[in-house]
Amino acid sequence: MIPEYLMPVVTAILYIVLAPLLGGLICGIDRKVTARMQGRVGPPILQPFYDVAKLFEKENPVVTVAQNAYVLSYLVFMAVAGALFFAGNDMLLVIFAFTLSHIFLVLGAYSSYSPYSHVGAERELLQIIAYEPMIILTAVGMYMVTKSFFVSAIATSGIPIIFYLPGVFIGYLMVLTIKLRKSPFDLSTSHHAHQEIVKGVTTDFAGPNLAKIEIAHWYEYVFLLGVIWLFFAWSPLIAIVVIVVAYFVEILIDNTFARVKWQLMLRSSWIIAGMLGLVNLGVLYYLKLVVPS
Amino acid sequence: MIDLSFLIAFPALVALLMLLISGQKLRSALVIATAAVLGLASIALLFLNWDKNTVLVNFPFEPATEVMLVIEVLLAIWILYLGVKHRKWLTFFLMFVQAGLLVWFETSYSIHIERGFNLFIDQFSLIMALIIGIIGSLICVYALGYMETYHHHHKEIKDRRKLFFFTLFVFLSAMFGLVFSNNLLWVFFFWEITTICSFVLIGYAKTEEATNNAFLALSMNLLGGVAFIAAIVYLTNLDPNLLHLDTLLASGQAVALVPAVLISFAGITKAALMPFSSWLVGAMVAPTPVSALLHSSTMVKAGVYIIVKFAPILTGTTEGLIIAMVGGITFLLASFMAISQNNAKKVLAYSTIANLGLIVACAGVGTYNLMWVAILLIVFHAIAKSLLFLCVGTVEHRIGSRNIEDMGGLIVRMPKIAIMMFIGMAGMFLAPFGMVISKWAAIEAFITAPFGLIFIAILAFGGSATVFFWSKWMGKIISVMRDQKVVEGTVAKEKWASLYILTGLVVVVCFAFPLISSLLIEPYVLNIYGHTTRLAQANLTIMIMMLCLLMITPLSMLFYRKKPAAIAPPYMAGRPTPTHMSFAGSLGVTREVVLSNYYLPRFFGEERLFMAGTALCWGLLLIAGTLLAGVIL
Amino acid sequence: MTYLAKSPWIVHYNGSSCNGCDIEILAALTPVFDVERFGIINTGNPKHADILLVTGSVNSQNREPLKNVYDQIPDPKVVVAIGICATSGGIFRECYNVYGGTDTTIPVDVYVPGCAARPESIIDGVVKALGILEEKRKKIQEKAGEPLKAGGAV
Repeated sequence: MIPEYLMPVVTAILYIVLAPLLGGLICGIDRKVTARMQGRVGPPILQPFYDVAKLFEKENPVVTVAQNAYVLSYLVFMAVAGALFFAGNDMLLVIFAFTLSHIFLVLGAYSSYSPYSHVGAERELLQIIAYEPMIILTAVGMYMVTKSFFVSAIATSGIPIIFYLPGVFIGYLMVLTIKLRKSPFDLSTSHHAHQEIVKGVTTDFAGPNLAKIEIAHWYEYVFLLGVIWLFFAWSPLIAIVVIVVAYFVEILIDNTFARVKWQLMLRSSWIIAGMLGLVNLGVLYYLKLVVPS
Repeated sequence: MIDLSFLIAFPALVALLMLLISGQKLRSALVIATAAVLGLASIALLFLNWDKNTVLVNFPFEPATEVMLVIEVLLAIWILYLGVKHRKWLTFFLMFVQAGLLVWFETSYSIHIERGFNLFIDQFSLIMALIIGIIGSLICVYALGYMETYHHHHKEIKDRRKLFFFTLFVFLSAMFGLVFSNNLLWVFFFWEITTICSFVLIGYAKTEEATNNAFLALSMNLLGGVAFIAAIVYLTNLDPNLLHLDTLLASGQAVALVPAVLISFAGITKAALMPFSSWLVGAMVAPTPVSALLHSSTMVKAGVYIIVKFAPILTGTTEGLIIAMVGGITFLLASFMAISQNNAKKVLAYSTIANLGLIVACAGVGTYNLMWVAILLIVFHAIAKSLLFLCVGTVEHRIGSRNIEDMGGLIVRMPKIAIMMFIGMAGMFLAPFGMVISKWAAIEAFITAPFGLIFIAILAFGGSATVFFWSKWMGKIISVMRDQKVVEGTVAKEKWASLYILTGLVVVVCFAFPLISSLLIEPYVLNIYGHTTRLAQANLTIMIMMLCLLMITPLSMLFYRKKPAAIAPPYMAGRPTPTHMSFAGSLGVTREVVLSNYYLPRFFGEERLFMAGTALCWGLLLIAGTLLAGVIL
Repeated sequence: MTYLAKSPWIVHYNGSSCNGCDIEILAALTPVFDVERFGIINTGNPKHADILLVTGSVNSQNREPLKNVYDQIPDPKVVVAIGICATSGGIFRECYNVYGGTDTTIPVDVYVPGCAARPESIIDGVVKALGILEEKRKKIQEKAGEPLKAGGAV
């Protein structure tokens, strides 16, 4: 048996090794389901792995050498953020590491002086400010229910968090659409055959660098779905069902909505975060004051 | 304790010398020597006092209070004269009220005040002294080179460098005095001196804009001064012994609440929170070292310093909550407004206002863990922000603009400065650097505080705005344009020295922050509240690991540099892109590519938000005032 | 084992085409033909692409952009000229401003004639290009003196 104190290290390592595989698989299923929704056969489930493997076979042209470092940092800190999450660390720390990794992607896009990647970078920043408040409120909500910011404590609390935080959960699903780069919020860059400003932030990345961005995105997938898990952590079976349903709904939204402008994205996500998230937390706060436990 | 009086008196003496010296060489030597002495003296102070709680000290010069009164009256007469001369009737009126109150008060009460200990030192004033002694002196050294270039660039401005350095050192002396004074009358005296130093330095250029902004700053600070002296009069009426800070703070909420709120109001004006934020933005006309020293790292910190001092009194009261709300609203709106600015110094000014607001929000709620956060914020902000100001000042002199849009490709044109700015900005908003540590601790602290949810929402939204405006500025600096010349060769040695040390400090303080926390901040908080807080050990380890990781990733550049890389031009939709990034437009016109950041004026426009913030904060302050009047009557 | 053939991403450049061939290329992406089955994606950005599809003849206006797009595709890469205009200049060949087919400007690997080229033949052309793509990859690796294995060119 693994001793108790080594568990976080083990789960972190498991995440670092397995998350890309799982993330890639999710991405493959995503593409298949999308194709079926559009009445197509779609690519093989393993297609994302082929794509990344191919990108590694290609040349690595850069506009400036620094791009390599930015992309590497993006990948590393994304993996670190997820590993911290699965090792059961402080949610806020995880969120800050998560933001840090995205800033590196944005900087990488800025570093080439191309109008396309520049617009992509600005939009990516807009996406960050659109989703960040909601993600912080999610962490705060979990603290209010479980009295801990530590993922390990939240996951093992045995409390059905979802019943306390339904508003926060809906708000989280909303920003999940932004984070998964799904329509109507895939402004800064988008998935597979979608097109937006020649792929925004990734415009000036090619070959291995593009592959690293893709792998970082797989890490991100698993981390984001892991947060959904926390809402339902008291019952793993329900958690898995909800994750599957939530992801399916995201794909459905992706295929039924047109892309919106950034103004609408910012407004709607802030309003949702403000209305659902804050009101939910406010009610919880009020109940705690009135009904001392 | 000779050291405290030395730190106050020595800069004042040097200031007088500055008036006599006119040669640049002699001045440089003296400034550098003084800076070294002050820096070392404040470090010595740290080693002598880090393990002690509050130590009360007597100032060795007996009639000091009388001398202060004379100086204050003389300064008041001078300001009254200037008010008439420039027809600034508001300033005239406020100065008149304040001086009148002061003279009336001194003539009718002063005999009753028992002489007690006038100076003190505790861990918090030690931290402030380190900030003033190290960062302040570094900025003075930087100012040497800066003012040389400044007058070289602005031939139309009269060279009054004697006055400039005189005021700088008087200011340092006053700051030391402010953080060491135990007698409220003394605090008030030094408070007024810093206000007037700020007035002189903002108006240094003597242009119409500078003069107007100087008077704006003066009148707002005088308004705070009136509140301050009102607190003094109130206290003297109760019991003259309460004029000593230690007795006052120990006297409990029932007695100390009224003066605490009045002095916090003075602190709000000095820290340029929302209804008064315009003076700090206007103060950016001053030479950049002034902005760095007075308007980001020290003088405005005096405003929050005094509020943090009174945090134990404010905690749990409605008035305290209102002051915290003013701080919170300021943090939110100033962060938003910073998005819409393209003037680098204005962005820094708004970010400063925002962070001061956050500190006041922490102090106003005033639980023990929030006080810990507030002090931490003061430390991190002072270092990172002064570095940024000095970098912007240097860049401005080299490229002739303080517009962020003109800073594109700085990483190629001024690589060293760009990296320093990069580190400074990272220090302001990126994990695992200082400000994020504090913001994180703030969220964890607010969550257990009364009405903390409001502040958490403010932090969540305001914090994301912070990410936006810093990252887009960072992006501007690092966007690589080819065919650019390196232009940083002629930056003076003194400037480099200050910049290197400050950059080093930003990084070192991140590593050393657990030490600072456990040696200075935690004992201080423990001493006041009986219990203290800190970040969990596990989190600290992870933060340090992340910091190391962050240091390592740039090293990967060395690896990438060695490999022959295929350099491709940036994507321009197939347009052939020569190195100067132009393309053939219609009708044979060659157009250059110009990229500009998003400023989102329709969302985060300065005017609208400022109006909203002013209205909200005035409203809150009026409520606080009404409550206070209720308490007094 | 190599992955180039499993994930060929295309970028489509319209030189001076009448849009006939372009519509046929897009038709290949529709559910009827669904080229994503083979991992083919229309990227719209040469830096992400492996295969350049060119339609229309080359004239003095589009010559530079075509060359630029070609240069920005990272190696290994192949060019497929689609439609008769792209293969030889077609009926525009004698125009005063026309250079001719794609191969007057950049090296072409596969020619898909037709006016307009049919989706089936376009897919055929792309599949043929995949073989050439793999050969090019081998050549590049041999040149670099590296042992022949997938994933070597990181």
